[in-house]
Amino acid sequence: MTSQPASAARPLPPPAVTAGGHAPLRAFIASRLVEFCREPEALFWVYGFPLVMILSLGIAFRQQPLASLRVDVVAGPAAAADAATLNAAPGLTATIRPQAEAAERLRTGRADLVVERSAAAVEFRTDPTRPEAVLARDRAHDALERAAGRRDLLTVRDTPVESPGGRYIDFLVPGLMALSLMGGGLWGVGFAVVEMRIRKLLKRFFATPLAHWQFLFGMMAGRMLFVIPEMVLLVVAARLLFGVQVFGSAAAVVALLVLGATAFAGIGLAIAARAKTLEAVSGALNLIMLPMWLGSGVFFSRERYPDWLQPVLAALPLTPLVDALRGVMLEGRTLAGCAGEITAIAAWGIICFAIALRIFRWQ
Amino acid sequence: MTGVDAPAISVRDLVKRYPGRPPVEAVRGLSLDVRRGECFGLLGPNGAGKTTTIEILEGLLAPTSGEVEVLGLTWAAHAGALRERVGVSLQETRLSDKLTVLETARLFRSFYRRGIAAEAALELVGLVPKAAARVANLSGGERQRLAVATALVGWPELLFLDEPTTGLDPQSRRQIWDLVETVRACGHTVVLTTHFMDEAERLCDRIAIVDAGRVIALGTPPELLAQFEVAHLDDVFVKLAGRRLTESGWAEPVAGSTGGPA
Ligand SMILES: Nc1ncnc2c1ncn2[C@@H]1O[C@H](COP(=O)(O)OP(=O)(O)OP(=O)(O)O)[C@@H](O)[C@H]1O
Ligand SMILES: [Mg+2]
Repeated sequence: MTSQPASAARPLPPPAVTAGGHAPLRAFIASRLVEFCREPEALFWVYGFPLVMILSLGIAFRQQPLASLRVDVVAGPAAAADAATLNAAPGLTATIRPQAEAAERLRTGRADLVVERSAAAVEFRTDPTRPEAVLARDRAHDALERAAGRRDLLTVRDTPVESPGGRYIDFLVPGLMALSLMGGGLWGVGFAVVEMRIRKLLKRFFATPLAHWQFLFGMMAGRMLFVIPEMVLLVVAARLLFGVQVFGSAAAVVALLVLGATAFAGIGLAIAARAKTLEAVSGALNLIMLPMWLGSGVFFSRERYPDWLQPVLAALPLTPLVDALRGVMLEGRTLAGCAGEITAIAAWGIICFAIALRIFRWQ
Repeated sequence: MTGVDAPAISVRDLVKRYPGRPPVEAVRGLSLDVRRGECFGLLGPNGAGKTTTIEILEGLLAPTSGEVEVLGLTWAAHAGALRERVGVSLQETRLSDKLTVLETARLFRSFYRRGIAAEAALELVGLVPKAAARVANLSGGERQRLAVATALVGWPELLFLDEPTTGLDPQSRRQIWDLVETVRACGHTVVLTTHFMDEAERLCDRIAIVDAGRVIALGTPPELLAQFEVAHLDDVFVKLAGRRLTESGWAEPVAGSTGGPA
């Protein structure tokens, strides 16, 4: 037999035991970051998804000049004169049509206004719930009155003003930032914890001196560190592509982002504290995220919901984060000006973290 | 008294009942002592209660009743101090796929105040050539050895290994045996479970044979052989339980044997 040098030296002499190298929290957080960075799908969901969302919504809802409003004038003796008057007025396009056709076009939304003059009166037919229709009616009324000889008494000057900060994209960006903080915190922490539990990795960590709070805090902090670059990316992209400006201080924005990321990570931990299967945790996460997607004012103002629902919407954890981010980014509010929202977000985070710490199961 | 002179582990009347319908009584009145500096083996078929017992000793499961002292301390009162002194390799853990072997060992090393270098732990389990490989790309046996390395980084006074050699090739098994020798040469205590009779015979100072949640025989390998008048440890089990303990852990019925002397 040939000699086996590898096993000839065995058993190995005992290795040197040293103190030091003890950095549980730092090493744990670092390992989380390394893991994130090596997960291409996660990178896409975290960094790509919000960007795609901003890009597509920003383009779809870009500011457009008002389209010309369509007025149908019902054929009759004065129709030609009225159509000429209306066509001369700003923002109106008038066409003469038989009554039945005009009515059909109004019903299907292809005309904004139908004008019919009889001996007794000028009749305006519109759908009063459509803003364009109301605008068309008032413009048409105005133009016809002037043509009939009305004199204006005031001197009026129109000054067009640009309103960066008032466009839909400006409204949307802070909302999307809050939304990705929520998704990242809940999925990134909640899902990850349950997966670790299923792999028995939680049990393995529990068998080391790594403390409960170090593990939970490390999960939260890892997520937080991970989302800050994402947020910077969003703000920069929104600035370059759509000229979205931040009116408040950058430091205040960062403070809110850190707070929001931490709070949602805390909520994610509480949800994952006991869940044993990925199905259970995904179900719970979707269930609590849906009302916030719809009701926290990310895509449209939550004032569109009836009054009795408002206290419920205000109590959702995403709502104060959206409000505070908008306040700082759009209105230039200070952190002190968002004290109420900050208290609410912090309360959600602290309470959920405390619950997680209490009810958390390693297996 | 307690403290230094206490046995490494002392267990009295341990019972573990898993709730459910029906409840499973995995451990039913198990008592044993593990001395300091010895290698102690828990041997038994699948479902005997080895993992349940060892996880209670590791402080990972709460017993239903009974007393457990580890290094003279209890898990209820001294978990923090004990965690620094005890190393654990679970029967099955899937460590993070995205980390490399060395990163994983370093991560676990950072949890302990004192210990050996992560590289030294990898050397003990023969994983130095795989140090830069991602855990996702390791073979089953390599993962198992990495799990053992994570138990070693704190250089524990008391090392628990639950089936450390199941699924390993002969050379890797020998590597694990060697590292157990190294750990024991430092005066540290090792508790391991195994299905391999030859392994228990060769590695363990004393062996407890466990079946259906109880210790059915306990002693040094020569003592057990003499007591049951057999030539192989397998036959001790056959005599006791009327079944044969195979290497995969299944207890096969033995034709014509009902547990009486052959
Ligand atoms: N979490 C649990 N809930 C219910 N029953 C369990 C649970 N864990 C283990 N058991 C049952 O307890 C008994 C002992 O299991 P245990 O894992 O301790 O056996 P073991 O000796 O380690 O077996 P193996 O050799 O297969 O590893 C088995 O019957 C098992 O089905
Ligand atoms: Mg087992």
